[in-house]
Amino acid sequence: MSTYDVKKPSRRAFLSGAAAVGAGVVTSSAARAQTADPLIVESQDWAQSFGDGVDATPYGLPIEYEGDVIRRNVEWLTADTVSSINFTPIHALDGTITPQGCAFERHHSGAIDLKKSDYRLMINGLVDTPLVFTYEDLERFPRENHVYFCECAANTGMEWAGAQLNGAQFTHGMIHNMEYTGVPLRLLLQEAGYDTAGKWVFVEGADASSNGRSIPMEKALDDVLVAFKANGEALRKEHGYPVRLVVPGWEGNMWVKWIRRIEVTNEPVESREETSKYTDTLEDGTSRKWTWAMDAKSVVTSPSPQAPITHGKGPLVITGLAWSGNGAITRVDVSRDGGKTWETARLAKPGEKMALTRFYLDVDWDGSEMLLQSRAMDETGYVQPTKAQLREVRGLNSIYHNNCIQTWWVRENGEAENVEVS
Amino acid sequence: MSKYLKSLTIALTASCLAAPVMAEKLGLGRAALPAEIAAWDWDINAKGDGLPVGSGDALDGEEIFAEKCAACHGDFAEGIDNWPKLAGGADTLDHEDPLKTVGSYWPHLTTAYDYIKRSMPYGNAGTLSDDEVYAIVAYILYSNDLIEDDYVLSDENFMDFEMPNADGFIVDDRAEAEYAIWSGEPCMTDCKDSVAITMRALVLDVTPELDTNAGATEASASAAPEAAPEPEAPAIDMELAAAGEKVFKKCKSCHQVGEKAKNRSGPVLNGVVGAAAGSVEGFKYSKALRDAAQDGLIWSEAELTAFLAKPKAYLKGTKMSFAGLRKEADQAAVIEYLKTFE
Repeated sequence: MSTYDVKKPSRRAFLSGAAAVGAGVVTSSAARAQTADPLIVESQDWAQSFGDGVDATPYGLPIEYEGDVIRRNVEWLTADTVSSINFTPIHALDGTITPQGCAFERHHSGAIDLKKSDYRLMINGLVDTPLVFTYEDLERFPRENHVYFCECAANTGMEWAGAQLNGAQFTHGMIHNMEYTGVPLRLLLQEAGYDTAGKWVFVEGADASSNGRSIPMEKALDDVLVAFKANGEALRKEHGYPVRLVVPGWEGNMWVKWIRRIEVTNEPVESREETSKYTDTLEDGTSRKWTWAMDAKSVVTSPSPQAPITHGKGPLVITGLAWSGNGAITRVDVSRDGGKTWETARLAKPGEKMALTRFYLDVDWDGSEMLLQSRAMDETGYVQPTKAQLREVRGLNSIYHNNCIQTWWVRENGEAENVEVS
Repeated sequence: MSKYLKSLTIALTASCLAAPVMAEKLGLGRAALPAEIAAWDWDINAKGDGLPVGSGDALDGEEIFAEKCAACHGDFAEGIDNWPKLAGGADTLDHEDPLKTVGSYWPHLTTAYDYIKRSMPYGNAGTLSDDEVYAIVAYILYSNDLIEDDYVLSDENFMDFEMPNADGFIVDDRAEAEYAIWSGEPCMTDCKDSVAITMRALVLDVTPELDTNAGATEASASAAPEAAPEPEAPAIDMELAAAGEKVFKKCKSCHQVGEKAKNRSGPVLNGVVGAAAGSVEGFKYSKALRDAAQDGLIWSEAELTAFLAKPKAYLKGTKMSFAGLRKEADQAAVIEYLKTFE
């Protein structure tokens, strides 16, 4: 172990919770108090005077004490923030729905400012009548509501080379999960009279990158949505306001934002985003293309490096997220000893197709070290693989689609670190 | 509840959840006009459908590339800093760190045309003429040693060109290659004899420092000295400024000016002439520039001229990946243009 000594542990001062624990295990608990708690026995301002009136925040933001629950960027990953990515603070969230305001962003030419009144959607190519829709037109089609996760194909990509970024936000935060309201793409294609012989649709956005992608017709007719609401309200600018594509279970790059054109074709375009990027290079140098589905995956979100245990031994809630682009999550197992033994976790709700599932394992922590892992299974019988299993098949250069089992080393003082185990 | 009742409930719920069915068209939307389709339908597929008539060679391409692409991709398409490298990397795909470029990785040349035509230059997308795109594609091929510099690439011979990695791709085979081995009842106990930590993230130490004052903007501006006292506002040579506006096109992919200007990969340049260096709020400057600002650098015309001539030589470590304005007339003109923005 000596070769892995950490030279500058003090740099991790951002783990303010962990730092507090490091100073000595905190045993504060109201039940054990010897002296009366001033927060109870002394009168407090908030219990005497007024709080804010109803119009203080016409559109509310989280209270200032939650100010560290924010998207974060890893600057050295990209050259420029307008063609870059940031990460959802999954370590600090619970439940499954991601609030729009902290849901990760990925732009190729920046988040554009596009008014509903300036919005146009064109359907052309192999159709009876090429059509143009306004935003208002879209609102007149029958619409559906679905909860789906959107995961960037590069989520956890840094882990191919080994344990690198120290936090669930950075290793697994290129994901969000929202309830979308939108029109099935199938209905729009029917409206234009698509040629049933057409094998593909090419979709592109209104931004400068256009981010064009080819989607097989079978998927387009199945569950793809042209969405304009998320979690009940308009999409945020950074997620494609006013209209984006939702491609359930498939890599986030295909969820074209600010979607402006859908072309029915016989051939895939083989655009930049589906050849030079979002293709997965194997050890022998050949690359997989059209790796659209996101395989089953899970991660413990707490405890984790940014969410250390601060309460000492005793009751501990281990929790995390699981998802699969191939169907519903049916089971999640958790290991506390690096994969030697596993316990089946409790799912907060039965898994839903192509949506995040929250799991809990409620344990009595004895205060000893843990090597925490989680392993998801989906309705197809697929079992989330280990890093070693993935590398054996794919090598180290795939960049995308890393759905490995993640390990957090939780120390006796409650601090956690991203590690790799044998 | 009996089993029977439960399943009945499920069946009823399912029927209520049925997806909308549309027997007939709703008559929504309007027919797209040919001119509208032509304005948006630019994509070119791997079979070459959509390639416009035109041509260009690497000699022309080199000039266009130097002006419009090299700030990010380098004079020789070798890529600057984290910007994409477009050349090199032949035979590296099975190496530890493959270099994936247009030459070494891209399976179809059509992809280069399609992408450059629609999405480049970065920050000024869709402004290249068809011939310019042919010339740039030719220059990228030339930079990859795939053609001679006088080879004229055109819609006529474009599809004859076979990319070195054309056969390097297979369609997703995870279902066959992986799913069978990663399925079934997984091990629950005694799954391995021992567990040892083999790698730790803290050793590599590449995680960004988290700002404990979350949401607060970087306080780089606070370190900057006060701006120099306003000099006598000099008269602006409008003719020179107009010439500068043209030169500024080279700067536009990274810098904005004017009322609605926002920081991009470079800071907003309103009022930069005569201002203290490193003083644009909300922009994250390089350490080199922050240090210079701390030492009191003021962007006088003389300092700006020296910076613009050779940015990297003037300020080692600057984030500005621009090669520089070689012509003195261009330097003076662009500074004059910048003076027009307060």
